[in-house]
Amino acid sequence: MSATAKNLASKNLFLLVIVVALILLPLMTQRDAEFAGADGQAEEVITEINPGYEPWFNSIWEPPSGEIESLFFSLQAAIGSGFVCYYLGYLRGRKKEQEE
Amino acid sequence: MYGRRFGIFIAIYLVSVFLALPDNAYAMHIMEGFLPVQWCVFWFALTIPFLIVGLWSIQKTIKHNPSLKMMLGLAGAFAFVLSALKIPSVTGSCSHPTGVGLGAVLFGPWAMSVLGCIVLIFQAILLAHGGLSTLGANTFSMAVVGPFVAYAVYKACQKSGAPLGLSVFLAAALGDLLTYVTTSLQLALAFPAETGGVVASFVKFMGVFAFTQVPLAVSEGLLTVVVFNFLAAYNKRELQELSVLPGEVRA
Repeated sequence: MSATAKNLASKNLFLLVIVVALILLPLMTQRDAEFAGADGQAEEVITEINPGYEPWFNSIWEPPSGEIESLFFSLQAAIGSGFVCYYLGYLRGRKKEQEE
Repeated sequence: MYGRRFGIFIAIYLVSVFLALPDNAYAMHIMEGFLPVQWCVFWFALTIPFLIVGLWSIQKTIKHNPSLKMMLGLAGAFAFVLSALKIPSVTGSCSHPTGVGLGAVLFGPWAMSVLGCIVLIFQAILLAHGGLSTLGANTFSMAVVGPFVAYAVYKACQKSGAPLGLSVFLAAALGDLLTYVTTSLQLALAFPAETGGVVASFVKFMGVFAFTQVPLAVSEGLLTVVVFNFLAAYNKRELQELSVLPGEVRA
């Protein structure tokens, strides 16, 4: 590995470790939290402020189950990270070729 | 040099978050149908000009330099990944980052309004997350306010001579955070409390949306720096062409 690559790898690894720690920390400190991702809390606040409010429009389609929903979420992440990694790999290869 | 600065930052962050811990909070985009019609129209009207200028700005960038198309794809893809990641927060609930800060730093805020809107349409149609009626409002918070804050912070930091990594970190983290502050404001305007009005509601919605977002904003900032470091190491020339990095462009 060249000096740049080494420097970059250690810098980025350090940053990624912090991100992982930030994600794990709540899981360890808030052991009995639900970690619900629903938008329910905001809904509750709205009903509290304005008890008569009825949503006037419903989603045109809803994933039939949590499994299907997670399928789409992981698909979204997979497509995104697929492209990100393809591009970063492409850059690295291109740079290497230019240097030779 | 990174280590000490981040260490101090994280210590301050942890203390402030634990002091301000609200009971329970979920944070996301505004749900389908949960914004009164007149507000939906209002936010659409406010957002559409940004999208038009955004399309024009993207066209100009690509026409000027077709090889930047790939990097534009990277900006979109990064927002795609990050807004799919529901991450636990110290408030005991989950939310997701937005990922628009990177693109805003690279291509300016206008272009990101279009890319952010595409992400939101995908989530509204296939995931029943956010919504089509609230698309205008959600685009305004995530794809207009977020990128503009990120861009302004980046430029200000660069002007004041802050290190590159710190500038990118602050740009992405604050863009993320301000997105959810905007969401709180949008809900507060639509649902003012009987006593205390908009301000009281704003505080309430901030409790739901913004606090959960703080650790996620930090994560988003760090992840944006990771990708940016990579670009700076392997694609310096295009960053200079976009005037993200200073320096003469060698032909």
